Amino acid sequence: MKAFTYERAADARTAVKAASANGAKYISGGTNLLDLMKLEIEHPTHLVDISRLPLKHIERTPNDGLRIEAQVSNSDLAADLHVRSHYPVLSEALVAGASGQLRNKASVGGNLLQRTRCPYFYYDGPQGCNKREPGSGCSAIDGFNRSHAILGASEACIATNPSDMAVALAALDAEIELFGRDQTRVISILDFYKVPGDTPHIETVLEPGEMITAVLLPPPPPGRQRYRKVRDRASYAFALVSVAVVVATERDTISSARVAFGGIATKPWRSLTAERALTGKPATMETYRLAADQALAGAVGRGHNDFKIELAKRTLCDTLARALEAE
Amino acid sequence: MVALNVNGHAEQLDLDPRTTLLDALREHLHLTGTKKGCDHGQCGACTVLINGRRINSCLTLAVMHEGDDIGTIEGLGSPEKLHPMQAAFVECDGFQCGYCTSGQICSAVGMLEEARSGWPSHVTANVSVTEIDLTDDEIRERMSGNVCRCAAYPNIVAAIRDVAGGAHR
Repeated sequence: MKAFTYERAADARTAVKAASANGAKYISGGTNLLDLMKLEIEHPTHLVDISRLPLKHIERTPNDGLRIEAQVSNSDLAADLHVRSHYPVLSEALVAGASGQLRNKASVGGNLLQRTRCPYFYYDGPQGCNKREPGSGCSAIDGFNRSHAILGASEACIATNPSDMAVALAALDAEIELFGRDQTRVISILDFYKVPGDTPHIETVLEPGEMITAVLLPPPPPGRQRYRKVRDRASYAFALVSVAVVVATERDTISSARVAFGGIATKPWRSLTAERALTGKPATMETYRLAADQALAGAVGRGHNDFKIELAKRTLCDTLARALEAE
Repeated sequence: MVALNVNGHAEQLDLDPRTTLLDALREHLHLTGTKKGCDHGQCGACTVLINGRRINSCLTLAVMHEGDDIGTIEGLGSPEKLHPMQAAFVECDGFQCGYCTSGQICSAVGMLEEARSGWPSHVTANVSVTEIDLTDDEIRERMSGNVCRCAAYPNIVAAIRDVAGGAHR
């Protein structure tokens, strides 16, 4: 690990000032950042510890939504009684991720900013990694790309976003509250992440020093919610495919639907295409399959990950069927 | 100087900011019960309890834990008076080489508290239910952050099941 200086932030304003300096970085739970610092993929010269800032509340908002502050741990969010009864897809996504120890330490803000687990990002590849060293190339495109993205990728990068939580948040229409040098702004989670394009090292719209202070949820959407994760092990593994759905029916017709995918895209992947294909249609496997085909119409396999196209379709169909099973 | 509260003792350490909590415990305080396995948060051998909650001590900096109550395997019990979880691991033969064991035990102690608090897990059928029935499937899922390369898993699950059921109070 490269040397750095450390400071514990007294308040958000001084934290932003300190983190705006060249080479400075926030640390919260540290579970991903310290891992990357040990491998010298991340090498900040100054760490600003924001883990003790008073941003640990989960509060109802006047419009019946929820405000989740950024330093709430993944465990506390998953165990929150209001989340479990009104946003169960979020609890399910959280407990599908990582391990008990990591969820206790990892924060909500940190979860949103965790880096890809592309093995060529973590360990040297023959053709470099454009995320690690912009312009060095992508070892995954012609390499062992079984875990990689089939949606949202570019010729510069096919790495997936690894978060489970963010997939549920995408389905729930979450917004991210950001506190920066000049302003506080609120941005949809769908606009928060960038697809890689030519600049895969730029993953979000965060400006230097800008801090995630909260995640805002609108009132709970109608219908059943479910998160489904498909992976190589029964527990403690990243998704090959995951799906978050929120779906409501009226007399066997789908009245509203939300669909987001994880494990197959370069960012948490909301599928408005699937939602349009489901809404107003009978709640049958035929409808689900048609929606799945349309949702994955633009998917591009790179060889080892071709299986994800069919797996994502089947996972969506099965998740919708199970969500509506008991209605 | 960093002030750490380890197993009820106040400690003052002069540390490089890079020092992980795990290295502070092992190399500076010579509490070698906490083990370094992978050093990347994947194996759970370094599990300790911070203010009663289990975490991976390899993925946190010692300087970040000023004033926290840090509990290690050395603080749970002693050879003369084992913690119920330690006694259960001995009785059920919940280990072979023993390298992962202190992490398993600290993790199990933290995990039982989480289950008592009604936290859901990935195998909890309905996450809105707050009474957790600690089945073997629940124990396995909740302990998935602790790897045992000797594969003593059936006996680890048995030991935890015994303590959860009150056999070692």
